[in-house]
Amino acid sequence: MAILRPAGDYDRSYRQDKRYIRKPWQWVILFASIGVVATCPYWGTPYIITTANRIGYTIIAVQGLNILTGYTGQISLGQAAFMLVGGYVSTLVVTHLGLSMFLALPIAAVGAGIVGLIFGLPSLRVKGFYLAMATLAAQFIIPWLTKHTFPEFLGGTEGRIATPVPQIGSFLFNEPARFIYITLGVLIITTFIAANITRTRLGRAFVAIRDNDLAAELLGVNLFGYKLRAFFIAAMYAGLAGALKAHYQRAIGTEFGYSLTESIVLLGMLVVGGLGTNIGPFLGATFIIVMQDVSNVVGSNFAAIMPHEMTARLLTSFRPIFFGLILMFFLIFEPRGLAHRWQLFKAAWRLRPFSH
Amino acid sequence: MSDAVQLSVENVHLAFGGTQALFDVSFNVCERELLAIIGPNGAGKTSMLNCINSFYRPDKGRIVFKGNDLARLPSHRVAYLGIARTFQNIALYTGMSVLNNLMAARHVHMKYGMLAGALYFGRASKEEVEHRIVVEEIIDFLEIEHIRKAVVGALPYGLRKRVELGRALALEPELLLLDEPMAGMNLEEKEDMARFILDIHELQGTTILLIEHDMGLVMDIAERVIVLDFGIKIAEGTPDEIKNNPKVIQAYLGEEFGAIPTDMGSE
Ligand SMILES: Nc1ncnc2c1ncn2[C@@H]1O[C@H](COP(=O)(O)OP(=O)(O)OP(=O)(O)O)[C@@H](O)[C@H]1O
Ligand SMILES: [Mg+2]
Repeated sequence: MAILRPAGDYDRSYRQDKRYIRKPWQWVILFASIGVVATCPYWGTPYIITTANRIGYTIIAVQGLNILTGYTGQISLGQAAFMLVGGYVSTLVVTHLGLSMFLALPIAAVGAGIVGLIFGLPSLRVKGFYLAMATLAAQFIIPWLTKHTFPEFLGGTEGRIATPVPQIGSFLFNEPARFIYITLGVLIITTFIAANITRTRLGRAFVAIRDNDLAAELLGVNLFGYKLRAFFIAAMYAGLAGALKAHYQRAIGTEFGYSLTESIVLLGMLVVGGLGTNIGPFLGATFIIVMQDVSNVVGSNFAAIMPHEMTARLLTSFRPIFFGLILMFFLIFEPRGLAHRWQLFKAAWRLRPFSH
Repeated sequence: MSDAVQLSVENVHLAFGGTQALFDVSFNVCERELLAIIGPNGAGKTSMLNCINSFYRPDKGRIVFKGNDLARLPSHRVAYLGIARTFQNIALYTGMSVLNNLMAARHVHMKYGMLAGALYFGRASKEEVEHRIVVEEIIDFLEIEHIRKAVVGALPYGLRKRVELGRALALEPELLLLDEPMAGMNLEEKEDMARFILDIHELQGTTILLIEHDMGLVMDIAERVIVLDFGIKIAEGTPDEIKNNPKVIQAYLGEEFGAIPTDMGSE
């Protein structure tokens, strides 16, 4: 279905037709939302500020996955492993080469991108379920390598090394209320790039591969080249997200949640938010992270009223069960995700007070 | 139609396990020609197009397009030479709008790189507009302005067939391969489609290689016809010659089920 626009809302040029933001009030909303996040250190509680950071870098990882899975249709279960690579690259570059974190970020992105490219190679031969299995390899090989090779650099079996606090001059980004500006800045850039990719040649080639790879190939899209590009970009996004997370947590390593579970949660966020939409990663990451926190609170309250022996088990299992239920709910009732709900809501709002 | 050969198919053999899909097939397609391939079900027509697209590699033989040996090229490179294609079972990008389906086929003509696109900077934005203009002309030509923003997955069959033709045109091909563009359409839709095909052929001088089962239509619009049966070329000639060719009549009457063209040889 075409997205309905109000009568009288025409584009006067093709250039205008391509814009995401067409109206002054849309600019107002965009800047207002950025403003709300940017000022959260002044009005937010510590919980809000830390959560904003977590959501911010998670969105970036999901945006990358969205380009690969949502737009190009290639399933990947390795996104968290590529985050791990990004976190390590950035940490090592800052620690050993003494570069600024702001230079280390793009290096981490490229480093993770190259690793992603390698694990994307099977996409030449296999699709769907089998590709998912192949990318799963990243999730085993990369963490294993970080634990068992170069222990003096990567932290060995301890599974962690310290990551320096970013700074500009003598200004340290040493607390969430300061770090949020880095997270927000990177997020704005990644969003801008993702939005442009999806409205230009590259993005159309990606969707062509997703929707009909045979037709795409016979109409000039080099399947392998473009699948690899998608893997590269997705892993770059993961690398950025991982680097941000590492500098935020001031440590990197397998201890800090870069496991298969994490990759699956990222995929879940994408499904919940809406595959192949630019708003999806925002909605999905925010929704799932908030829900996880809610489930932690509910879980511990629930555990408190249960017999003592069950408490520990309840506490650890409540969260994954909750996540699983949410995912199942969306897959059954709204496979197009929150983004689709959002579209319906906007359409309904425009037609108010007439619902039909 | 001129005499210059644009595409030459030379002794092509193709087998799938035990089935011989194509056996020693040879023919030429001249520049600006409208050539039809007909034949009963399973005769190897689609396989022939797939060979031209270099999607299937012939076991023996060559296919040469403007001096290029197609079997040596990967499929996507064939598109760059100016060969576009529609499919027997519509193969559109179902999640995209009509407009984006056509824009996606401009892929081979777009010059700006990944980085310019990602930043939507300089050339990218300018080129997008230029290509949009080309695509809009095709949309006008095919009379699908009203659905340009519609997602193709939701369109009725006849329109999807038309959009698929539009997508092939957006590649600005020199050789257009049409695999049963009118299959499953009602009479009115067929007439529209026939008109579009003739217009493309006459106004733009595109070479067209057409597979079609509707014999009446083929005889009306094709300049020359090739008949395949069980992977073998059994006849080649003008529509009139084909109509009266005993081998062709035999091939069609010999078919057990349906598909006996009632209007063969009438007129
Ligand atoms: N990919 C494939 N694998 C195995 N056999 C194939 C393949 N493609 C085609 N064939 C076989 O080759 C023969 C020719 O098929 P093809 O699709 O070219 O026929 P066609 O003339 O297009 O028929 P139709 O009119 O039904 O479209 C058939 O026997 C078919 O089963
Ligand atoms: Mg066929």
